[in-house]
Amino acid sequence: MTKTTYTGWGRALRAEGTISRPASPVDLSATAPAIGNRRSYGDAPLNDGATVIDMTRMDQIVAFDPATGLITVQSGITLGDLVRVLAPQGWLPAVLPGTGFATVGGAIAMDVHGKNHHHMGSFCENVTAITIVQGDTPRKITPKNTGLWKSTCGGLGQTGIITQATLQLTRTKGDLMLVTEQRATDWDHHIALLDASDAPYTVGWIDATAKGSALGRGIVEEGETCKGLRPTRRAAKKIPFDAPHWALSGPIVKAFNAAYYRRVPKSGRTVVRPIQDFFFPLDKIHDWNRLYGKRGFHQFQCVVPLGQANALRAMMDMIAESSLASPLAVLKRMGPGRAGYLSFPMEGYTLAVDFPNRPQARDLIAQLETATLAAGGRLYLAKDALSTGPALKKMYPDHPKWVANVTKADPQGLLQTDMTRRLELRTLT
Amino acid sequence: MTDTWIILGASSTIAKAFTRSVAEQGARVILAGRRMDDLAAIAADATARGAPEATPVMFDARDPATFQPIIESANTEGTTIHCAVFVGSMPAQDAIDADPTLLDGVIADSLTGPARFLQMLAPVLQAQGAGMIVGVGSVAGDRGRVGNYVYGAAKAGFATYLSGLRNALGRHGVHVLTVKPGPVDTAMTEGLGPQPFMTTADAVVADIHKALGKKRNTLYTKWIWLPVMTVIKLIPEPIFKKMSI
Repeated sequence: MTKTTYTGWGRALRAEGTISRPASPVDLSATAPAIGNRRSYGDAPLNDGATVIDMTRMDQIVAFDPATGLITVQSGITLGDLVRVLAPQGWLPAVLPGTGFATVGGAIAMDVHGKNHHHMGSFCENVTAITIVQGDTPRKITPKNTGLWKSTCGGLGQTGIITQATLQLTRTKGDLMLVTEQRATDWDHHIALLDASDAPYTVGWIDATAKGSALGRGIVEEGETCKGLRPTRRAAKKIPFDAPHWALSGPIVKAFNAAYYRRVPKSGRTVVRPIQDFFFPLDKIHDWNRLYGKRGFHQFQCVVPLGQANALRAMMDMIAESSLASPLAVLKRMGPGRAGYLSFPMEGYTLAVDFPNRPQARDLIAQLETATLAAGGRLYLAKDALSTGPALKKMYPDHPKWVANVTKADPQGLLQTDMTRRLELRTLT
Repeated sequence: MTDTWIILGASSTIAKAFTRSVAEQGARVILAGRRMDDLAAIAADATARGAPEATPVMFDARDPATFQPIIESANTEGTTIHCAVFVGSMPAQDAIDADPTLLDGVIADSLTGPARFLQMLAPVLQAQGAGMIVGVGSVAGDRGRVGNYVYGAAKAGFATYLSGLRNALGRHGVHVLTVKPGPVDTAMTEGLGPQPFMTTADAVVADIHKALGKKRNTLYTKWIWLPVMTVIKLIPEPIFKKMSI
């Protein structure tokens, strides 16, 4: 087979190797790590110099019970596909991350969260069974297989190849969202609005370029599903080439963010949107990661405990002063829900900010990592490309339990990826 | 009135994408092919996606005895029958050179099998005075090339058959669409390495639906293959016979 160069979504880290794309799980054996649609930003889906198994051809719905909302799918199906098929039938995946291109297998391996984390918990908390292939043998596991389950959920695919999963769906009234948007004028207002929100889905867009008294300003979006007549959905656009590196430079981002903030009137507003536009706002622009040019970009995402909002504010200050941030920045209050030893969520506030891949940005991210650790928070492995093993292991106190289970599940280390090697995740120290 | 799509060669990658697209529009599907376990999985997928009924049935292009039961299973009250043909096989030309008996199978899979099936189905569609037939040929059928002319000959024959069928059924309200895909990213092309103007099964299916909506007769997908094949067809034979493209 031919070798290809491929990347994660951030395009800053690369790997060269073989991508095998089986169409059926029948002859699958766990000799190489599995990948989905490579929507993780860093090196979680990379295996430089060796082989990865691309699962996206295995994207069938195996069984669906419209009465109970239990659905069994092959792991290569995308969440966007599930939304498109299920919303008209009155069901939705209980947890949806910010892109519909993520696969179910990837969502499990990262135990992703969504805008409703404060109510529904993480993705894997709404999964009832997972089939993993260990060696040549498929094995169905449930939450009763405690150690293995908690090492598989959010476990970076290291316990076996995830081939199939059963999800408990949640009811939706229709395929539309009723969205209330209001301006948060500064950091304290932003946090207060997030704290007060009891909507099923809540998320804050934050202007990461605003400084001084405007620091932390943004737009808080609250949504619930609703039913009605559908506005015509505009066709997806595509970014056809790598943008020049100045496309997302400081002044342009600042101007964009100011306009984006003022898009929502002072009084706030309530609008109806197609469900996909609410959950996956950026999926309408295919390959938007090319806006960052060929050097790619990094996303920094951390979560800090509830009591550490001020530490997060100090981090936001560093980001704003650097003038390096892009328009894509999100602030959200998380609930405590997490399913695995390496699951990201903790009860607190999570901040996600994109940066073009430049030396200054990498330095800033290193400082933010230190601040996160000091605040008792943690980084999100789905986004990470730059952190270091020792810091990361301190952020995940259950890491030793994960190592013990994974060592048993994959003793030869065949499922290691560039990420597990970079962070030396498979060893205790 | 519901739609019923008979899908021949339902295990192929393009057929799977096509089945999903019509299932999501609420059509009933008859999934015809040889690998029954595979078809059962496709049927479950189609049902979850919105098909009111998805039936796997045995179809072997080389065994005409399997044809009639399929037509009977499709033919129920209150439904409009349509048919999409995705069958075909493409052994390497040098394999056929080494074993000429392979040729019969290639012709049966891509031409005589599906043509005989459509010939049996034609009166049913004519009687209902409506319906659509999608026949998948190949750009390889536009000119005999040294690399795969047996496959090309079978697809050329099928395209000519579809053209005649269109002529015969068009006057009875049945539309026949001939699809000529270039290389598509499927299991069949995986071993061939990078191919020119490669497209995906989902893109081919989107093109098919667009072409059906406009009642187009022949569809090249990607579109680039129309000008490319037009040029290739124009090369004079004395020159073409010395080329290996």
